[in-house]
Amino acid sequence: MHRIGVFVCWCGSNIAATVDVERVVAEAKVQPGVVFAQDYQYMCSEAGQNIIKDAIRTHALTGVVVCSCSPRMHEATFRKAASLAGLNPYMVEIANIREHCSWIHKDKEEGTEKACVLMRAAVAKVTLNVPLKAGESKVVKRALVIGGGIAGIQTALDIADAGFPVDIVEKNATIGGRMAQLDKTFPTLDCSSCILTPKMVEAKANENIRLITYAEVEEVSGFVGSFKAKIRKKARFVKEDVCTGCGVCMSKCPSKKGLNEFNMGLNNRSAIYIPFAQAIPNVAVIDKEQCIKLKTGKCGLCEKVCTAGAIDYTQQDEFIEEEYGAIVMATGFRPIDASKFDEYSYSTCKDVVTSLELERIMNAAGPTGGVLLRPSDGKHPHSIVFIQCVGSRDVSGRGKPYCSKICCMYTAKHAMLIRDKYPDVEVHVFYIDVRTPGKNFDEFYRRAAEQYDVDYIKGQVGKVYEENGQLVVRGVDLISNEQIVLNADMVVLATAIEPDPTARKVANMLTASIDTNDFITEAHPKLRPVESPTAGIFLSGVCQGPKDIPETVSQAGAAASKVIGLLAKDKLTTNPCVAHSDELLCNGCSCCEKVCPYGAISYDTKLINDHGVKENRRVATVNEALCQGCGACTVVCPSGAMDLKGFSNKQIMAEVDAICL
Amino acid sequence: MSVNGNLTAAPAANAPAAEWKPRIVAFCCNWCSYAGADLAGSSRLAYPADVKIIRVPCSCRVNPMFILKAFERGADGVILCGCHPGDCHYSTGNYYTRRRMALLFSMLDYIGVERGRTRVEWVSAAEGARFSKVMNDFVAKIRELGENVKVGDLRCKE
Ligand SMILES: Cc1cc2nc3c(=O)[nH]c(=O)nc-3n(C[C@H](O)[C@H](O)[C@H](O)COP(=O)(O)OP(=O)(O)OC[C@H]3O[C@@H](n4cnc5c(N)ncnc54)[C@H](O)[C@@H]3O)c2cc1C
Ligand code: SF4
Ligand code: SF4
Ligand code: FES
Repeated sequence: MHRIGVFVCWCGSNIAATVDVERVVAEAKVQPGVVFAQDYQYMCSEAGQNIIKDAIRTHALTGVVVCSCSPRMHEATFRKAASLAGLNPYMVEIANIREHCSWIHKDKEEGTEKACVLMRAAVAKVTLNVPLKAGESKVVKRALVIGGGIAGIQTALDIADAGFPVDIVEKNATIGGRMAQLDKTFPTLDCSSCILTPKMVEAKANENIRLITYAEVEEVSGFVGSFKAKIRKKARFVKEDVCTGCGVCMSKCPSKKGLNEFNMGLNNRSAIYIPFAQAIPNVAVIDKEQCIKLKTGKCGLCEKVCTAGAIDYTQQDEFIEEEYGAIVMATGFRPIDASKFDEYSYSTCKDVVTSLELERIMNAAGPTGGVLLRPSDGKHPHSIVFIQCVGSRDVSGRGKPYCSKICCMYTAKHAMLIRDKYPDVEVHVFYIDVRTPGKNFDEFYRRAAEQYDVDYIKGQVGKVYEENGQLVVRGVDLISNEQIVLNADMVVLATAIEPDPTARKVANMLTASIDTNDFITEAHPKLRPVESPTAGIFLSGVCQGPKDIPETVSQAGAAASKVIGLLAKDKLTTNPCVAHSDELLCNGCSCCEKVCPYGAISYDTKLINDHGVKENRRVATVNEALCQGCGACTVVCPSGAMDLKGFSNKQIMAEVDAICL
Repeated sequence: MSVNGNLTAAPAANAPAAEWKPRIVAFCCNWCSYAGADLAGSSRLAYPADVKIIRVPCSCRVNPMFILKAFERGADGVILCGCHPGDCHYSTGNYYTRRRMALLFSMLDYIGVERGRTRVEWVSAAEGARFSKVMNDFVAKIRELGENVKVGDLRCKE
């Protein structure tokens, strides 16, 4: 006999204003199996939870329905309350009468009617609930961080400081990410390397951190607490533990036509190279596309000059397999390809550069030694035009619909730095809006405009072209509504940023959600900003959305603290809403195994007693630790043997029935 | 007690049109579309109260039986919402959904449940506005099609 209690929340006026809660209570009381129903202003409050607990005890309830906000909000709260009162927590169902009802319907009659239907469906479901017991699984006390930019480095340092071992897998030959390429950083204008390199060194020196560079994660299996990852460490052709980073090989290498990625391709590098002077690890790597020895078998100069004997042309990719309790994604970003916006002549005029290229030009370790020279002829420019929002806030489909967030600030930074060092250079900035929320940000921008006399023009540029060796910028000033034609020696495009192109592949591997722009989705945009909805996967840095360094670092720390919280546990409780096959019905067809994304289903031959007939049959078994409860197997099962606990065929059918009453 | 004991017959097909309110079942996967519906709610983006949502872990959990059952009970429309292709929380679930529902819907069309009464839509957790728009469109379509014939009735005819 069912003894169900229904609890209807007012949520202050959030629900009660458009749903007649008393009518829902009255309606609940006449539902089959319901023995108790009550409303209360705030069910989730302590007093509200006590009403539920008391009712469970005094009315010996076997099931509970709470009509309240979304189960994504408070299902856990009410389950816990039930279990404190001695009821199995999985005997609780939520009817979402706030997000799916009171908040979207204005008419009280309509809202009340719908709330009653939702309540009825939940009651119908809960009568079919069975007590479930969450299992336990182990926690491997090691974390994996994918991406070694400032986000990944900071996350790893914080985890390591708490005493847990952590591996950083970085696809490039060095850690550091984009921040290593920056010259000075807003809003304080301190030098980027001066604040980044000590952190890189610390990551290398920390005994809890293992750096796996020039490597990519190839496969991930498992689940929160015990993931298994397979990491491919690409051949460097240089022994990492032997190379001293002296760089002799670089100067002797005759193949010098490789594009220098670190300098955004503004100059060339040798086939054997160290990405930049402060690279960590400070070890050379051979670009196999450029190396004469690897391509033709001739040369071999670097091996001869290397006194440490570090060169190894026969090196192969290595694989590392490791278990992890938690994984952090910190795969960062890249600027979009500016040649898609060819009205700005990026692909045809050398003096049209992107902002990241300008960072390299301004950097003392960059291609021009930090002297502002224009790329075409190496001359000092006298007039520079900046164009903001290139490909950002673009709903035409060519660019990105979002605001890249950092461009207003770095453009102000570039303009200010140039005016400070070269007061003879005229600087114009075309903008749609200047967006500077952030501590000391608006002050920073005003300093550029007011103190440094940067000419800010509200408006868009239609075209940049070359005329008799002169760059011409045509645009409109939206305030004076006038056409503007400017001669420029250089044009700088503040291009939108986009997630690293590997983000989608990595997210799929981790079964982490990703949005239409390829940014990784957080579990809750406000309340769980550094977790993925997939348990055990955390987010750090720009892979989650555009942000500057201060924001990246705080998010990195937040992700680390979540990881530490997880690794500090000895055991985790597992989701009991998993698949289960009825051995009497299973015919061993293997259909379910094929659709399971987690390889949770296997087959055993078992002695089955089918109504008195005993025979050996091949039947499916679900590994409850691997099953994530998607339900794919239940639908393909032709014999109806496979069902999902918590979302069983009967439960869902009962909901359908109750709704279509 | 059996839940079925609670059921009453659906109103006759020729009930006056003015009182008719379509019955619409929306299956939403927990990770994207259910969250999208929550976002529609917290953004106060209205859609008709005729839509009632059933939460399922993944769109691939929806057995064609559930949809047949809904039509048998007199539903006027059934919509199935999941994560965008490629974004399924379980990686591949919605690919199965897509193929399975294409078949089911053409079968339903064949037996007399018009194409417009069934729909699969991809709505992410961030697309509250899209959720509301999809539901408004769907309800409008169902209203246009009018009251449905119960699948069970069809079988009995002639
Ligand atoms: C022109 C420009 C100027 C800027 N100026 C400033 C400034 O003045 N002040 C400021 O606060 N911010 C500034 N920023 C923003 C700043 O660069 C970012 O906030 C910061 O770099 C974000 O760090 P991250 O670690 O998230 O990403 P990244 O720096 O992009 O690091 C990601 C790392 O992950 C690695 N990776 C990617 N995919 C994989 C994979 N699949 N496997 C393994 N490794 C992978 C990458 O190789 C990289 O090393 C500027 C940005 C630009 C473009
Ligand atoms: S083998 Fe020759 S070409 Fe290749 S990296 Fe060494 S020196 Fe350069
Ligand atoms: S529900 Fe079935 S298909 Fe899904 S993870 Fe579990 S066993 Fe695999
Ligand atoms: S979880 Fe949304 S479709 Fe699979």
